[in-house]
Amino acid sequence: MSLITTLARLEAVDTGRAQPLATVRHRHLSDRPLVLVPLTTAGEAGAPLGALVGTDRDEPRLLVVPQPRDRDLRFAFLAELADVVLPYIDDHAREVEAAERSETDPETGKRVKVEVELCAEAAQLIVPSRAGIDLVRLLGRSMRFRRTAEQDPEAPHPAPPRVPLLGRWFTHYGERARVPGSSLLLALTDVLSRHWATGQSTLEDQHLGALLAWIDPPDGGSGAEAALRAELLRDAEGQLVCPPAGPATDPAFDNKLLAPAIERYDRARTALAAAEDGVEADDRLGELTAAERHIRELVASRTRPTWDAVWRGLDLLRALPEGPRAADRWTRDRWSFTGHRDRVLAGEPPQPRRDDAVTAANKLATREREQARLEAQEALDDPLVMAGRRLAGEAFAGEVTDVVMAYGEGKRPSPRPLVTVRTDDTPHLGERVKVYRSLGGKPQAAEFVGYEEDGATGAGTSPPGPESTSGPGSGPGSGSGSGSGGTLVVLRVLDRMGRGREPEPGSVPEKGDLLCFTLFEHEQRGGAKLPDPEDTPWTHGGPPGGTDTAPQPDAVTDEDIL
Amino acid sequence: MTTVFDPGAEAARATDAILRDTLHGAHRGVVVDSPPGAGKSTLVVRAALELAGAGRPLMVIAQTNAQVDDLVLRLAEKDPDLPVGRLHSSDSDPYDKALDGLPNVRKSAKAGDLAGLDVVISTAAKWAHVKGVEPWRHAIVDEAYQMRSDALLAVTGLFERALFVGDPGQLDPFAIVGSEQWAGLSYDPSASAVTTLLAHNPELPQHRLPVSWRLPASAAPLVSDAFYPFTPFRSGTGHGDRRLAFAVASDGSGPDRVIDEAAESGWGLLELPPRHTPRTDPEAVSALALVVRRLLDRGGAATSERSPDPVPLTADRIAVGTAHRDQAAAVRAALADLGVPDVTVDTANRLQGREFDVTVVLHPLSGRPDATAFHLETGRLCVLASRHRHACIVVCRAGVTDLLDEHPSTEPVQLGVTVKFPDGWEANHAVLSHLFEHRVTGEA
Repeated sequence: MSLITTLARLEAVDTGRAQPLATVRHRHLSDRPLVLVPLTTAGEAGAPLGALVGTDRDEPRLLVVPQPRDRDLRFAFLAELADVVLPYIDDHAREVEAAERSETDPETGKRVKVEVELCAEAAQLIVPSRAGIDLVRLLGRSMRFRRTAEQDPEAPHPAPPRVPLLGRWFTHYGERARVPGSSLLLALTDVLSRHWATGQSTLEDQHLGALLAWIDPPDGGSGAEAALRAELLRDAEGQLVCPPAGPATDPAFDNKLLAPAIERYDRARTALAAAEDGVEADDRLGELTAAERHIRELVASRTRPTWDAVWRGLDLLRALPEGPRAADRWTRDRWSFTGHRDRVLAGEPPQPRRDDAVTAANKLATREREQARLEAQEALDDPLVMAGRRLAGEAFAGEVTDVVMAYGEGKRPSPRPLVTVRTDDTPHLGERVKVYRSLGGKPQAAEFVGYEEDGATGAGTSPPGPESTSGPGSGPGSGSGSGSGGTLVVLRVLDRMGRGREPEPGSVPEKGDLLCFTLFEHEQRGGAKLPDPEDTPWTHGGPPGGTDTAPQPDAVTDEDIL
Repeated sequence: MTTVFDPGAEAARATDAILRDTLHGAHRGVVVDSPPGAGKSTLVVRAALELAGAGRPLMVIAQTNAQVDDLVLRLAEKDPDLPVGRLHSSDSDPYDKALDGLPNVRKSAKAGDLAGLDVVISTAAKWAHVKGVEPWRHAIVDEAYQMRSDALLAVTGLFERALFVGDPGQLDPFAIVGSEQWAGLSYDPSASAVTTLLAHNPELPQHRLPVSWRLPASAAPLVSDAFYPFTPFRSGTGHGDRRLAFAVASDGSGPDRVIDEAAESGWGLLELPPRHTPRTDPEAVSALALVVRRLLDRGGAATSERSPDPVPLTADRIAVGTAHRDQAAAVRAALADLGVPDVTVDTANRLQGREFDVTVVLHPLSGRPDATAFHLETGRLCVLASRHRHACIVVCRAGVTDLLDEHPSTEPVQLGVTVKFPDGWEANHAVLSHLFEHRVTGEA
């Protein structure tokens, strides 16, 4: 945790209110996101109990599995979910704009520009908490290898149509959520705690109700107290007033309310199956319907508060202006979305169970690059984030006090002006360390030349030290004169000044400019190209074997047919 | 067993076996585990010279530019006539200027310019961009345990067979994003290159160097027991072979007393009063700086097997090691205030592979309220505790043993991942219990 985050958390404890960690919104929010509030059943990993899903905050669609261990009911739930999610995805997949992408020409081996389609907007999925992302991933894994009756007429227990497709999309969204800065699938608690610091632990921040209580306490009271209430307050029946955002449910709810309701449903079903004539069956069907309705009401009562909380959280986030570079990252999300759409359209098989060596290495490289990009972009977008980097010695801001024109060596001397910046920050500068500033959205590089004592030109590469203004080593000019204090950093500007001998106008800092230089790069270089998967070398086990390339459906186990 | 341990003969035997497998073995790879200071670089240089001498051109893959430049200099020192290529990046200042003075070293940013040279050396990152060249028959991968599996994946196509050399006890490579998704896969891209290599090629011969020439007799048993419990090694020197003496007597202060203790026993622990502090604990930082200042002021002289006369302990023979970069920066600033330039101050990651006479270390857990996996990492402590030829002084807040007891390892167990022994918790306890015997209590 950075110093500035620690400070914000301390202030939150002190004031009882969450403190801002950002002045802009660092994640893109779609105008029409799809919110999914899922619940699971205790005792079986990833067994859905129900969900609220939809794009309209006033009219969520309630999906319920009245007996979560019944595979047919689970499939029915997944089919219903697919009926909500896939049309939403299709809406976005249809709207395209023309874009260019460079590809390697298979004949000439050269990089050429290719006209391709890019989806104008990607489908955005929002879940309440990080555990919701895990569930999306888990559901994706459990669905994408299923075979429908159409694909495989012989298969026992065929999946409803479109369920495998939903599995592939969920898998794609789950994987994309692992890419730093991506916004295709967001956990609201993660996004909120990126923008506000609370006075509770990061673990507690994953409780959506408690987190919102800190950020936006009801009736303007203490956030800390409201958060405590959200976490612990129970009604007369011993039920949490603010149900957990899930997907796991509160054990008191499971034991006292859900279990009896499911038992009643089971009894009604058994009775219906045993009915001997139509009149009896009618009665028992009525009881079954009542039992099912009761479970639906229970599930609705636990998901609706979370549903409303998610939309409230989105309102809070929408109140922040979007960071300029968040749009750039969203474009990458749109490429990702379009890419998956194209793979599905091209009839490619579902994502393999495990990544092969090359795919894994490529994904890791991409995510590391995106992480570095995200950290740089957030700082450049947001002075509050940049302040944290400045405190950590990774950036410095100050006023240009002097600019001396100088030229590089070589046959065609190019401009290499020396710029002196007065800063109160303490960057970790070393000999010839490169620093960057944003010039018209592009990074301009400079290198550290040395520190300059006030009035003197004897530059050294070790900082004068915080005591130097009062210590015996300070020069005669320090501590007096302009009274501005700080250290004087001399930099040599290296690029973006044009091709000529004289720098292009506006490309060199001028005296009096207020600038911010970073020690980190603003843009990330692409990594080395890895071999194709079929050329995986001997150190990594050779090309992936034939068994893994054509994904087989999971073997049917006893548990699949309870 | 009454056989006398002859370090020179043991080491020579191990080296011969390695070279035999490298030059004449049937396997595509040979792995060499080397404890700290066991002559890894010497081995790499010798293997390169022998391969080149046998008319087999080779490529050498190191991890950092400093390591590459160092290898080039060592090769040129051993055989000034050997044609060596230094493949470098196209950034400004891509290599050490000292290479310009070597007539037989050709430098280029393009692999094609270096074709035909006996030895071509570069970093793994640069090699990964080399495409469309005839593969080398031989390669040497240096610091292979610090190389990530995905970096090896990018360069394996460039060679047919390779000698992998590295220290399994140092810091593992890391990824700046989570990689749990691939944990347990034999080719986990965030694992070390050697882990992946051996998972897929378990039949490859594995050797280890049995003698540490760097660590003194006082340090080798501790480092060996704490960090290499299943592959013990010995010090190449005996207890009387190294001596550290100071011209100026102790002034009785904490720093002076811990210096004397360390000079006498090879280890010193300067214990500050218990306290939870920010990472850049001002008292600990000033204690570190003061110890360094006193080491220099008291006119230290180091006697070792390298020369008959004592060698003055100068600033370039001292290093300060920390866990975090901001700690290193704070120590640098404190040293500048005390008027001490030229002492290396860096993090464990950057001190890997380096050697000094005396090291002064800020304990990674000092002043912390918690023991995270980062601070517990075995390799971090191992690097910090194994950089010295004479003595190591650790500065630490009291109470770290209690902290360890309150924070047992809680990392999730991943299926298919070989559990690393010892874990950081155990290694930290082993080192601390030894350091307690050399404890000096410092004033706050």
